[in-house]
Amino acid sequence: MSVLGSGESEKRAPLKRRYIQLLAAVFYNCNIKGFLSGSIYKGDIKGLCVPGLNCYSCPGAVGACPLGSLQSGLLSSKYKVPYYVLGTLILFGLMFGRLICGFLCPFGLLQELLYKIPGKKIKKNRITVMLTYLKYVILVIFVIVIPLVKLVPGFCKYICPAGILEGGIPLTYMDPQIRGLIGVLFSWKFIVMVVILTICVFCFRSFCRFVCPLGAIYSFFNPISFFGIRVDNDKCIHCNACVKNCKMDVKRVCDRECIQCGECIKECPVDAISYKKIKK
Amino acid sequence: MNKKNTAITVITLILAIVLIIAGIYDGGYNDVKNKAIRICYECIGIG
Repeated sequence: MSVLGSGESEKRAPLKRRYIQLLAAVFYNCNIKGFLSGSIYKGDIKGLCVPGLNCYSCPGAVGACPLGSLQSGLLSSKYKVPYYVLGTLILFGLMFGRLICGFLCPFGLLQELLYKIPGKKIKKNRITVMLTYLKYVILVIFVIVIPLVKLVPGFCKYICPAGILEGGIPLTYMDPQIRGLIGVLFSWKFIVMVVILTICVFCFRSFCRFVCPLGAIYSFFNPISFFGIRVDNDKCIHCNACVKNCKMDVKRVCDRECIQCGECIKECPVDAISYKKIKK
Repeated sequence: MNKKNTAITVITLILAIVLIIAGIYDGGYNDVKNKAIRICYECIGIG
């Protein structure tokens, strides 16, 4: 069984990607009632983590944010190890790796749409390659150390643009009580969000490449994930067309920076790149 | 995928399943749900 079809359908895979991204964003946030009432979903399935970055305080969210849940779990790790969240993150990573970034992340979709705004674009270079390591620093400091030491969800509180965009703005707009609590932190997070989204207009998926700790976690699983891109080494002529045409900071296909979007499939002159298949 | 990677994948899969089962058993699912059904004030920038 092919992950995304076979032959010609594999060649067309990148065209289908936008629909999958859109479907994932709608599926994660299908609680329409929440958008109308200014409240969040409180059903039993909210304990299930979604694979992509999606704030659980978004009025539409029907699942939990894996990154928020991890930080929340680490806050109380003195009393209980967050086995469930760790297991879920490992399972998602093992199944899909950074295919999640390319296909199943609503914030990734937003970044790609912003990049479509015409204007001067910053192409990958030595500095952007160096900046890719920043997300690992953010993962350690804001997602692990600050929750363990300061007992606050560091990334959610100080950086996460998805929280303010999906949760903060709609909830403060619709709920006067929450609006009355707006202070310095809201202003800080709003500025961070505006800066990140503005940079995304000029620099492809800049949040994803340089900041996102969830992408950093999934990047460790890219070489061993069940689904994703593969290169047929027998066919590969090492022309490097795949890497040259990729907007991410990859050094080779399917390395830690590869979001497995499949854009390189159509660039390969010898059809050496395809999506992995599950043997029947 | 070579043999080494296959072994790592299988071990990681078993680890993930064991962690999820252990997590559900010790109330991890409910912990996540209880956090997710309340508005996260840090996330939305209130504090």
